[in-house]
Order: sequence, then structure tokens, then C-alpha cells
Amino acid sequence: MSNLFNIDIVNPEQSFLSKDNVFEVVIPAVEGEIGILKDHIPIISFLKPGIIRVFSESEEKSFYIEDGIVEFKDNTLSVLTSSIFDLKEADKNFISESISSAEAELSKDNIDDQKRFLLNHKVEVLKSISIN
Amino acid sequence: MPSLDDLRKRITSVKSTQKITKAMKMVAAAKLRKAQENAEKGRPYSEKMNNVILNLSKSITDKENAPKLLVGTGEEKVHLCIVLTADRGLCGGFNTNIIKKAKSYFEKIISENKTLKIITVGSKGYDQLKRQYKSYIVENISFKESKNINYFDADKVGKIIIEKFEKNEFDVCAIFYNKFKNVITQIPQEQQIVPLNENKDDKDGSGNDNDYEFEPDEDEILSNLLPKNISTQIFKAMLENSASEQGSRMTAMDNATRNAGELVDRLTIEYNRSRQAAITKELIEIISGAESL
Repeated sequence: MSNLFNIDIVNPEQSFLSKDNVFEVVIPAVEGEIGILKDHIPIISFLKPGIIRVFSESEEKSFYIEDGIVEFKDNTLSVLTSSIFDLKEADKNFISESISSAEAELSKDNIDDQKRFLLNHKVEVLKSISIN
Repeated sequence: MPSLDDLRKRITSVKSTQKITKAMKMVAAAKLRKAQENAEKGRPYSEKMNNVILNLSKSITDKENAPKLLVGTGEEKVHLCIVLTADRGLCGGFNTNIIKKAKSYFEKIISENKTLKIITVGSKGYDQLKRQYKSYIVENISFKESKNINYFDADKVGKIIIEKFEKNEFDVCAIFYNKFKNVITQIPQEQQIVPLNENKDDKDGSGNDNDYEFEPDEDEILSNLLPKNISTQIFKAMLENSASEQGSRMTAMDNATRNAGELVDRLTIEYNRSRQAAITKELIEIISGAESL
């Protein structure tokens, strides 16, 4: 019996990635990373900025994701996101811009703890990408 | 009776107009293909989003404490209308149809003594509405600078709506746009986005057996998801609108080209007739001149 399931990553403009031969996906959910295998129970969750890793039979792919929602149901994982890019095609300028804009946002006083946490996390992730 | 020279000038001017409308038609056709593609590509996102929200709202048991964006404020006094139109004219009845639809809605609101607020997106809508409804228009947004429709623009509109909702500036929000059916037909649509209409809820009553695990809890997901849904709906409306605009322009310009062709034919016949008449007249003059000698 195969242990493969489907994944659909869509952003508002188009369908970003669609595969039917993945066996594991690791998503950065708000409350920690979740690894999803076949026959996971239906779940809906939020994403925080982070790296989503897709393991398929032939290859392993990693994407940076800014925010989004995941839904897993009937062995199909749907990821809705407004901002995503492949780590291999990462644009250095874009990353450094994102870091500085997030840091500028952080220096404001009127943000709440949750937002501060998310922003801090975002900066961390982006920095770790730019080092590699 | 126009002189031969006048006729010749008119024929040339109609012909050059025809060239312009023909070119506009071609451009619209090329843009239409792209816009249509984009609209199709954008569909999965909004569909999935709808699904997730539907599943979520089913599992919410405590309706009273549910996010207000979903169930509404409990009142229906202030209506906010988002009218999405094009930035350019010369596209047949495209803008007028949306405005017509919106106006009939406005009249209903006003006759029920409710407060009306209007946000126009696209300059043509603003131009047409400002004469009659100037005092109701709270904001006018135009994306003339951005070449393509992108999510960021839609998100901007979405954020304005959310901000106004949080300040309790309205109870009900509806958007107006043209739905793209095919090149010839575009249907003006009125869609309520706040509170979310749950009319399709019971289409499949049996599909309720999905017990989802939520992380974090339902309420938190919903309150984060609903604002995004608004932007998504607006984005969808903008995509449909742009495809409709190009389709509408293409049809309008096609008609214009054909009409110009007919006009040229008619003018040419008239031109030939009067030329022939002039020749005949001259001949008669010569003949009768010769006869009298």
C-alpha cells in the first residue's frame, strides 16, 4: 500500500504547486511545526512565517512561506498562502528588504505581543535563509 | 447636398476611426485571453478559502460569540457598498451596467431610511456616481498605476473595509462587479460579503461528518481567516471584472468597426452617385450646348 498523498499549494494569483506523490510535508503552524503523513486526521491550522518542506518520492523541496492556512482532508493537503517562494530561487534583495521592513515594524511601539512574536520569528527565519 | 469634397473627407475620417476601433478590438482580444487565464488561475484559491470557511462555520456551535464578520453586528442600519468599475471607458455597457445595478440597490437602501456609504474602485464608477451620490461617497480608490491586477491592491481595499468595520462604521457590506460569463455576456453582480451569506450552507446536508482538528481553536482561526476572505473576494471580483471589461470592450469595438464599415459603404455610394450626377449634368450641358449651335 502506498503511503503517498496529494498537496496543493495555491496563492491568490495561481496554483503554485500541485503534486500527488508526496509522503511527508512539514508545515510551520502557529503552535509549532507539524509533520503530516498519509491518513492524518482532518486538520485546519494557521501558518506562521517559516519554511515548508515537501518530501516527494523523487525530490525534496523547500519553500519560504509568509502566512497562510492549511487544510488537510481526504488525504489532500491544501495550503492557501499569499506569499511563497522556492528557497532555491530566493531573491537576496527581496529577503533583505523584508527583513528591514519587519524590523522597522518591530521598532514601533503600538504592536501587540502576538504580532511582535510573529515578526521576530519572521526576521529569524529570513536571516537563516540569507545565510545559507 | 454635401459637396464631393466634403464626402471624400468624411469617408477618410470614418475610415481612420475604423482603423482605431479595429486596433482597440485586437488589443482587447489579446488582453482578454490573459485576463481570462488569470481569472481561471485565481479561482482555486477563492474556492478553497470558501470551503475552509464553510467547514469552520459549520463547526461553530456558539453562534452568539462568533466573529462579527461572519454573523454580522445584529443590525442592518448602515450599508457600505463597494462599486468596482474600470478605469477606462469605451467598453460598451460595462461600467453602466454595474452602476445601474448599484443604483437600484442604493435607491432601495435610501427608501428604507438606512444610511448609505459608497466606496468606488476605479475612476469611471466615481465619475458616474459623483453627480447623484456625491454626499454618500466616502472613498474613491483607483489602481490606474498598477498594470496588472494583483493581490496587494485587493488587499488594500480589504484592509480599508476591515478598518471601517472595526470602527463600527457599517453593518452590511456588498460589492458590485461584473461576472464574466463569456465574451458577449457579462452579468452585473451584487454580492454581500459582510456578514457572510450562508445560503449555500445546506446544499449537501450529509457532508457534515468531517470532524476537524483545529489548531489553534476555531474562533481564532475564523477571526484571522475572515479578513483574508474579504480581500480574496475582492480580488476575485477584480479578476472577473477585468476579464469582463476586456470582453465588453472587444464586443463594443467589434460593433463599432462593423458600423464604421457600413457607414463607409453608404458614404461611398452617395459619393459615387453625386459624382455620376455631376458628370451627367455636365454632359447634358455640353450636348444641349452643341444642339443649339
